[in-house]
This record gives sequence, C-alpha cells and structure tokens, in this order.
Amino acid sequence: MAKPNFIVVGGGLAGLMTTIKIAEAGYSVDLISLMPVRRSHSVCAQGGINGAVNIRGENDSPDIHFFDTVKGGDFLADQPLAKGMCYAAPGIIYLLDRMGVAFNRTPEGNLDFRRFGGTLYHRTAFAGATTGQQMLYALDEQVRRFEAAGLVRKFEHHDFLAPVLDERRTCRGIVALDLWEMKVVTFRGDAVVMATGGPGGIYRQSTNSVLNTGSAAAAAYMAGARYANPEFIQVHPTAIPGEDKLRLMSESARGEGGRVWVPRNKGDNRPPREIPEEDRWYFLEEKYPRFKNLVPRDIASREIYDVCVNKGLGVGGGLMVYLDLTHIPAETLDRKLGGILEIYEKFRGDDPRKEPMRIFPAVHYSMGGLWVGYDADDQGMPIVGSPANQATNIRGLYAAGEVDHQYHGANRLGANSLLSCIYGGMLAGPAVISYSTDLDELASELPSTLFEQEERRWTERFEQIGRMDGTENAYEIHYELGRWMVENVTIVRDNAKLRETENKILELRERWHRLNVLDTQMWANQAVAFANQLWNMLELARLITVAAEARNESRGAHYKPEFPERDDENWLKTTIAEYSPDGPKLSYEPVDTSLIRPVARKYD
Amino acid sequence: MTIVREPRRLLASEKNMADTDRKVHLKILRQDTPASRPYWDEFEVDYSPGMNVISCLMAIQRNPVNRKGERVRPVVWECNCLEEVCGACSMVINGTPRQACSCLVDKVTQPIELRPLSKFPVLRDLMVDRQAMFDAFKKVKAWVEIDGTHDLGPGPQMPQHEQEKLYPLTRCMVCGCCMEACPQYDSLRKPFIGPATLNQAQRFNVDRTGKMTKEERLRAVMEKGGIQDCGNAQNCVRVCPKEIPITDSIAELGRETTKLLLKDIFG
Repeated sequence: MAKPNFIVVGGGLAGLMTTIKIAEAGYSVDLISLMPVRRSHSVCAQGGINGAVNIRGENDSPDIHFFDTVKGGDFLADQPLAKGMCYAAPGIIYLLDRMGVAFNRTPEGNLDFRRFGGTLYHRTAFAGATTGQQMLYALDEQVRRFEAAGLVRKFEHHDFLAPVLDERRTCRGIVALDLWEMKVVTFRGDAVVMATGGPGGIYRQSTNSVLNTGSAAAAAYMAGARYANPEFIQVHPTAIPGEDKLRLMSESARGEGGRVWVPRNKGDNRPPREIPEEDRWYFLEEKYPRFKNLVPRDIASREIYDVCVNKGLGVGGGLMVYLDLTHIPAETLDRKLGGILEIYEKFRGDDPRKEPMRIFPAVHYSMGGLWVGYDADDQGMPIVGSPANQATNIRGLYAAGEVDHQYHGANRLGANSLLSCIYGGMLAGPAVISYSTDLDELASELPSTLFEQEERRWTERFEQIGRMDGTENAYEIHYELGRWMVENVTIVRDNAKLRETENKILELRERWHRLNVLDTQMWANQAVAFANQLWNMLELARLITVAAEARNESRGAHYKPEFPERDDENWLKTTIAEYSPDGPKLSYEPVDTSLIRPVARKYD
Repeated sequence: MTIVREPRRLLASEKNMADTDRKVHLKILRQDTPASRPYWDEFEVDYSPGMNVISCLMAIQRNPVNRKGERVRPVVWECNCLEEVCGACSMVINGTPRQACSCLVDKVTQPIELRPLSKFPVLRDLMVDRQAMFDAFKKVKAWVEIDGTHDLGPGPQMPQHEQEKLYPLTRCMVCGCCMEACPQYDSLRKPFIGPATLNQAQRFNVDRTGKMTKEERLRAVMEKGGIQDCGNAQNCVRVCPKEIPITDSIAELGRETTKLLLKDIFG
C-alpha cells in the first residue's frame, strides 16, 4: 500500500519543525512556501527562547514558567497546551543546541539565560540578538538534510490559495499559485499543516515581514476553518521608526538592563544626554517596582501611550520615549545585543551605546489565529501523537505557529513565540501521522476530478483578476487599510471607531472590485498575486475589527477605556469566528482553567 | 491616536530635505522574462527623511508611472524582513551588491542605479533565482548530523571563546552579495561553489558536533568547482552585509584540505 504524503504550508520555525518530525518518521512532505524557507519571518525574532532550565539556581521551574505564561496571557490561554509547552521548553533548547545554534554561554560553558518581560527569572536562552535567525537556520539545515535524502520536496515560490476539501469536507490537499509561472496548481496530501505565520501586514508599518499578510490563514477561514481570538493583537512597546516598516527593538534590550524614560517636563527639548537624572521620569520603574521595565508588552505599550498621549510627555510631543542602554558597558552590549544595535545604527544612524534610542510602539504579533484542538491526559498534559492536537475543525487540516490561537491567550510573553512555534510543530507532526493511519483512502488514490475542479475554479478567478481594468490600485488600498487598522484597532479601542473602521473596510472591499491589475504579463506577476492576497487581508481585517467591537471588557492586549476592567464573569471565554459572506459569525467557548485559577493580574 | 506618522521632530539638517517637492531619482535595469532583453526605466518618487530603496520601490507600486509619464508595470523585486536578516532584497545598487532595505537614500548618490544580481538567472526585473546557492549547501553537507529530535538532555558544554568564534560564521543569510562580488563565481557558467558555500562548510567544521563529519565536508570542497577555484580576490569579505570573516573561513579550509591531501598521499 502507498504511504501517506503530507503538505506543510509555510517554512518558518513551526513549518520546518513539523516537516522534520514527519520526515524523521519516514514520511514524505511537500513543503510549500512563498520564498526560500530560510528567508521566513522567524529570522526577525531577536531576543531569545524561554525555558526554565534554572541555570542560575533561582529555583525556576516549568510550573512557574507555566504560571507566568498564563498570567501574562490574562488567563485566556488553553492551559494544558501552555503547560505542555513550558514542560517541553528545556528539552527544545537542548535540541536546538545540539543542532548547532550558537547560543551564548556562561563562563562554565553552560547555556546562558537572560531576563525577559513578565517574569522575574533568568529564563531566556539567546544567540546574540539574532536568536530567531539562528534557530531558523538550524531547522532549515536539518530540513535540507531530509531534502537531500529525498523525503522533502520544496515548492518555494508558491502562494497557498485554499485547502481542497472532498464531499465529506475532509482536506485532501491544497490549491496554490505558482508565483513564477502564474499557474494554478494542486497538491495532494493526506493532511495539511498551515504554518503560515501572523497577519501583521494588515497593519501599516508593523514589525512583521512583507510576506506576513495573513492571506493564507484568511483563505483557510473562508474555506470553513474556525478562527479564534482575532481581536488579540500585540503591540510591541519598542520599535524603531521607519518609513517602510517599524523595525523591532528587542525586549532583550530591557532584559539586559535597558531603561525606558521621558523628560519629566513637557516640552523639554534638550538632547537626551543633557537632561539630568532628576529631570528624567523612569515611569515603568516607578509604577512597577517589582517588574520595572520588564512588565509584559501590553502593559508597557499602554503605559507609553498614557505617558505620551494622555500626559503629553512623549519625546518631541509624539508617541515616542527613550530606551536607554548608555549606562551598560559597550563590550557587554556588543556580546549580548550586537545584532539589534547594528540594526538601530544602520537604519537610524545613531550609536545606541552613546545615545538613548528613540522608540515607539508597533504592531507585532497576533495571539489569535486558526482554532485548533488538543488532547490532554488527566494531569492536564497534552498527549503527543494524538490526532486532535493542532487540528482545526476541518478534518485533515492542521495549524501550528503564530497562525494558531491557543498558547498565549490575550497577550504573549516575550521569547515564548519561538517556543510555541517549535512546540506546535512537535505536536503537529506526530498528530498528522496518526491521523493518516485511520484514512480509508489516500489522497494519491482519489480520482483527479476533485483536484481538476479546484484548479479550474481558481484559474478562472485569476483570469478574472487579470482582466481587472478599473481605476483602483491594490497597493494604495492596502496602504489605507493599514493606516485605519493602526489608528483604531491597536492599543486603545473605542466601539464607535471600530464601527467606523468596519465601514471603511467594507468601502475598501467595494473599491477592490474596481481594481486595475497594473500588470498583465503572465510571468512572475506580483500584482496579480497581491490583488488576491489583498481580498483575504480585507476579510481578516474585518474579522479582527468585528471581534474587537464585540468584546466589551479589557483583557491583555485588548483595551477599551469604556470597559477598563477584565470581566471574567462575562468574558473569560474564547472568541470563535466562522466565515459567512455577510460578515463573521461570532460565538464563544469556555476556557479550560482547571490547572490555574484566574487571579488579579498584577506586576507592581 | 497617531502611531502611523513618525512623530520625531525633524533635525535642522533634515528640515531642508523635507521639502514636499524633493524627489528621489531611480534608474532601474528591467527585464520582462528570463529570455527577454533588459532595458532601463527611470522613476521619480517623493522624498521623505530616512527612506530606503525599498520605500522607493513601494512608492512605484502605488503609482507605477515612469519619468516620461508613461504608465508602466510595477517593478518586480524580492524582499521580506526589511531589516537585513532575511537576505531576500539583494541587488546591485550604484555598482555594489547589497541589501536594498539597508540602503538609505540619504547615503547614496542619485540617480540611484538598481540592477539585478548578475551571477544568477534573472527571473524578472530585480528578482533572480538563487537556488544554486541552496543546492551547493547540500553538496557540502551544511548541517549537523543529529541522532534525532527526541529529548536527549543537554548538549555538551562549550567555552565562551568557542561560541564567539562560531557565532559570526553562522549569520550567513544566503543573500548572494559575496557571490556577486567574487570574480570566480558564476552560477550560470562556472562550477565554482563560491565563498558563501565555503564559509558554510567551515561553519559546520568548527561546530562541536559538526566537526565529527568534517572529513566528508573537506572532501566535498576538494571536488571540481571547490576551494581550488578561489582566486583569493577577497571581494567577498568586503561586501558581506553581515561582516562574516569569509576569507578566514576559506583560509582555514585551505589548510585543512592540504592536510587531508597529504594524509591521503603519505597515509
């Protein structure tokens, strides 16, 4: 009998880890990606990966890591999964070390760990300030090993369009667009894992990479996959200004002792180094004496907003504060933060060893994503190998990485994303293998009609886009969408403005129908692919906005001054969205809080 | 709330440059298909302080009209992270191979001339196919042969100085700048595996576990198109955006392959 074959969409950490797990078990994988996988957005992760290895004898443990994660997420995370992730974390760091990730070392030669937000322990392993790059390369190299062995086939210039579902709505493969040939192609697979990352591109100037449009996740949602907690979008407190994007300034800068401050007096325009200590306001340290500059990101962003917008104390009168490293020896900075200082220097021209950096908040991460399930034992630990893990509601369709929804609740802690990507992949790989053993028929044995039908439908769609000769420009619509989303669906949310934003999105959808395709050549045509992605982005933007409007409380990254408190009685529940052409249908599901009872979330 | 606009006060020196009518002039070598003839196209986009070459190309997407006022197809190029870690947006800018994202308009002369990398097949405009680099990584077995991904506990300890030696070698983002600058490398016409590949072989030869299969990698770089094709021009190290000591890697590989050769002869 033929062996099952699997499809992984996306070549960041989650997709590569899934691929490795499947190939290691001897099964073949078709790896679909928009670009060579070594260029995936995981490279941008800087600061590190969490794991309670307790290298400093602080009595850290996976249970404390678990508690910090759930509290950091304002009690909206699926607790068994968060627990499983924290328990697996030390082993994951050891594995990456064995793969050759050049983690920084202690004088004794052990892995070094630093502090990060939302915890009081040194729990973050790091490779300079380019940890994500190092980790992605390690996995990329392992996948190349399986590729050389013939188990992995890469399709690295393909855009995911939709899952192929049979008459019982079981996923049997995918439809994709070959971005060079501009041809619609189908792939047969016995299970499909979506590892397509976050939707930062919906927002203007996020910290995300250009390919992070959320288009693939939206396509799965439009095909019937449930999408959970879309309203929880993390705004990172510290990014570097830029015209094309806001580049991240890692939390590790604060983990290594960086201090956030503004001038005490409104309109104090002296250069930062001429402002004496007594005229500086270290507002995070003052307000949070225990966690100081390392409060979770949602809190830091809100405080920066309050100080700058409500109190008018931002640097130069805008939403901007100083992040100061100048008190730390340059040698230490180079060894531990070199990669990010280099980014600041290259793109801003100032030396952060000598000048306090000017930073401000930027959209960074989506806690929500495709809804996926899990299977846990009576200790609340996920059962590795259960086909329920990382499974969406569509049979045979799985998701892992930033595109899934369940590990981080209402706010993610720094250095937990690299961890959840790897852990999600470690669950998804074994899950699809055991799922495939119960199939009565493999995708390779199905008649070709199902695939031909999908190919025709999508070919027609692209022919239609190729003929669009209206007056609107897709890139311009994208620009407008991004500005509206940043203005209204970020740190502070207001129901009237959310409604206006939804109306704006509907207007942009109208305008989408009047697009001009700009480019009619049927070879490497980025404009045609983008027009299709833009529609998906508009769907997802609408979903985020509608879900934000519906949730009348404040929790984690979701903050409404009209409803400033967390409301467990009414809102300790997961938002579930289902697609309909008339707009998302929202419902809610209880959160499993059997392992840790929600308590007040305090960091002062 | 305004996080869209850059609220930074303009410095005195920037105020003059912020004139709304200031433009950036770009000259771009375009090519419609891999087989068609290249041609020049020129554009003017609005200037804003701190902008890079990518923001110019994005402005052309939003208004694809060239300097002659003709509606043209938007320029095709590859980019992703925009912070010089993904390696996608390499192109030849004013004669030098580099990343378009970290190329700030204020720091280069105009017209800014953009060409695709010339050592790889051009797909369209500034987009090239660098698959040859990834294929070469396979040839030199650029990976660690781990026993499996199951939990085997902590790996071996490593002294700080060893980590500090390894780390710079690990940062290659396969951007291809060193390959473009190397007079010996040409994926279209020559078998040479190029400086990036040699560095990658050395990166795994100094790795604690990677060095266990060092000889296989050395034998791979001794084959046709291997280390003997390096002409020692040292261009690679000068253009590497990550400042990887590529020539040190190549020199070390040279010593190691010589040793292996002598061992083969004298046993």
